[in-house]
Amino acid sequence: MKVFSKIYVALMITFLYAPVAVMVFFSFNSGSSVWIFDKFSLDWYKGILFDTAMMDGLKHTLTVAVLSASIATVLGTAAAVGITALRKKVTRGFVTTVTNIPMMNADIVTGISLMLLFVFFGKLIGLSESLGFITVLVAHITFNLPYVILSVIPKLRQTDKNLHEAALDLGCTPVQAFFKVVIPSIQTGIFTGFIMSFTLSLDDFVISYFTCGHYQTLPVVIYNMTKKTVKPDVYALSTIVFLTIFVLLILYNIVQTKSEQRRNSRD
Amino acid sequence: MTKKFIALMLTAVLLFTLLSGCGYEYSADLDADLRGTYTKELSGTVLNVYNWGEYISDGSDDSIDVNREFEKLTGIHVNYTTFESNESMYSQLKSGGVSYDIVIPSDYMIERMIREDMLEKIDVGKLKNYDLIYDKYKNLFYDKNNEYSVPYSVGMVGVIYNSALIGEPEHSWKALWDEKYRDMSLNFSNPRDAFMTAQMILGQDLNSTNKKDWDAAAKLLKEGKDVLQSYVMDEIYGKMETGEAAIGPYYAGDYYTMLDNNEDLGFYYPEEGTNIFVDAVCIPKCVRNYEAAMLYIDFLLDPPIALANAEYICYASPNKSVVENEEYSFYQDEILYPGDEYEIEKAQYYHDIDPEIRKYYENLWIDLKLY
Repeated sequence: MKVFSKIYVALMITFLYAPVAVMVFFSFNSGSSVWIFDKFSLDWYKGILFDTAMMDGLKHTLTVAVLSASIATVLGTAAAVGITALRKKVTRGFVTTVTNIPMMNADIVTGISLMLLFVFFGKLIGLSESLGFITVLVAHITFNLPYVILSVIPKLRQTDKNLHEAALDLGCTPVQAFFKVVIPSIQTGIFTGFIMSFTLSLDDFVISYFTCGHYQTLPVVIYNMTKKTVKPDVYALSTIVFLTIFVLLILYNIVQTKSEQRRNSRD
Repeated sequence: MTKKFIALMLTAVLLFTLLSGCGYEYSADLDADLRGTYTKELSGTVLNVYNWGEYISDGSDDSIDVNREFEKLTGIHVNYTTFESNESMYSQLKSGGVSYDIVIPSDYMIERMIREDMLEKIDVGKLKNYDLIYDKYKNLFYDKNNEYSVPYSVGMVGVIYNSALIGEPEHSWKALWDEKYRDMSLNFSNPRDAFMTAQMILGQDLNSTNKKDWDAAAKLLKEGKDVLQSYVMDEIYGKMETGEAAIGPYYAGDYYTMLDNNEDLGFYYPEEGTNIFVDAVCIPKCVRNYEAAMLYIDFLLDPPIALANAEYICYASPNKSVVENEEYSFYQDEILYPGDEYEIEKAQYYHDIDPEIRKYYENLWIDLKLY
């Protein structure tokens, strides 16, 4: 049985990472083909620097991802704290469901309805152009929020409800108690929420497509390359983005295990 | 832990922004070659440009980065965005949430946009370089009096074949129906282009409003379906380059991309005729910086800029200064420029077709796919 489970895991990993591996492999191809490997070269990596449209797209994507994930994390954490503090079970259930809807909703519905709202609102206040940086940011915050709330609420449930009161008893002001006691006890939930939002925002295409206007994010830019065929510098760029996220996650895990070890040894 | 993580994230962001800053160097001697005069009068304003993806010279391989050069010369900031099809560009403009100063649609879409009053007039008399456009691209069906558009790029469909696998086929669309190339031939996977191949064999008008013509074309496609390996779009690159398929239709300019990866590939224009398209620069009604838009159009027509774009895009140029320039890589190239005789007498444009006819052939297409 042990052999089977090992094979199963190996198969899973192969299927998950084979596409990425192929992409990384062909990003080092000197030719433009995705089918014939000519010889090793870094030309496409150099080529990225010149592709202004793509670099702009990358800049936009990263700006939106960092900002929307940060804002959603702050708002989502506050919302989660508020929701768990609701006394009535019915209201709590109701509010949770309402905040979860954007997550369940099909992207295309969210995208089109947000676009309509933005355009309608823009016309109302007399803007000649309503779609742009602000709208794509608001859209991303909207679909990120439920993920943050969803990852913070369980952490809040796990922590002792009396912790906050104990801190107050011991002389904390309510604000101090919140930042020094509540936040540290739910910080892993907050991090998970942040990382989820960041990655979701990074690879969102459908919602960005409808709401970005001039502020095209990377997935939209790449999609628009289909008149001519997609050039391998896209593979090179994707490789860099993939590796960056990969390294960040590994570092994040190392930092996390280290701090846990420290905490355990302190206990 | 929090701080470390945030620091890491920020470093990553910083690295990317650093990367994007470097790279391009302005070409110092460009100014002297330019025909038009570009002043800083409109410096500080913004110009929103909406073009096809990968459809402008961007500074790779020591070429000219057209948008940056324009910014340097005029001080106007170019906000450059891309679209992937005429239809998606059209719906973005229709949605009303965006405003553009320059759009570059294809012929039939310009026809529709003029009819729907979406385009602003362009006084071509005010463009210094307009005389560089060949007369054969003026007064075309979509803009009969040259009031709304300035040609940017031209392309034609031909047939690509692998000479190592099948030798030299007869120069006809019938090759795609030929039993000799069973399971080695490809055809377009979108109705308009696939029907075109059959319509050409039948000698029809590509914009026929007679449903019987479309029925006949569909019947011919059905007969050929069995011989065909598959209907493709972008996949043709891989199939032709690896030799998985031996013959298929595509755009002349894209043949060169495939040739780079497989030197056995050949190209011909079918004797029956083919489809030709023109993409042209227009100013939409939502324009906010009209003067800058006019300046930009003139800049695109300017010989060194038009040359750089023609080299990059690898489609035919409507600009005399490019076509007649001996230094142009495709100077007297018979594939991009097969000559007026073929181009004018054999090639046909797609017009903006009546919605009822479109619906009709789209249904025939679905029927064909299921056959």
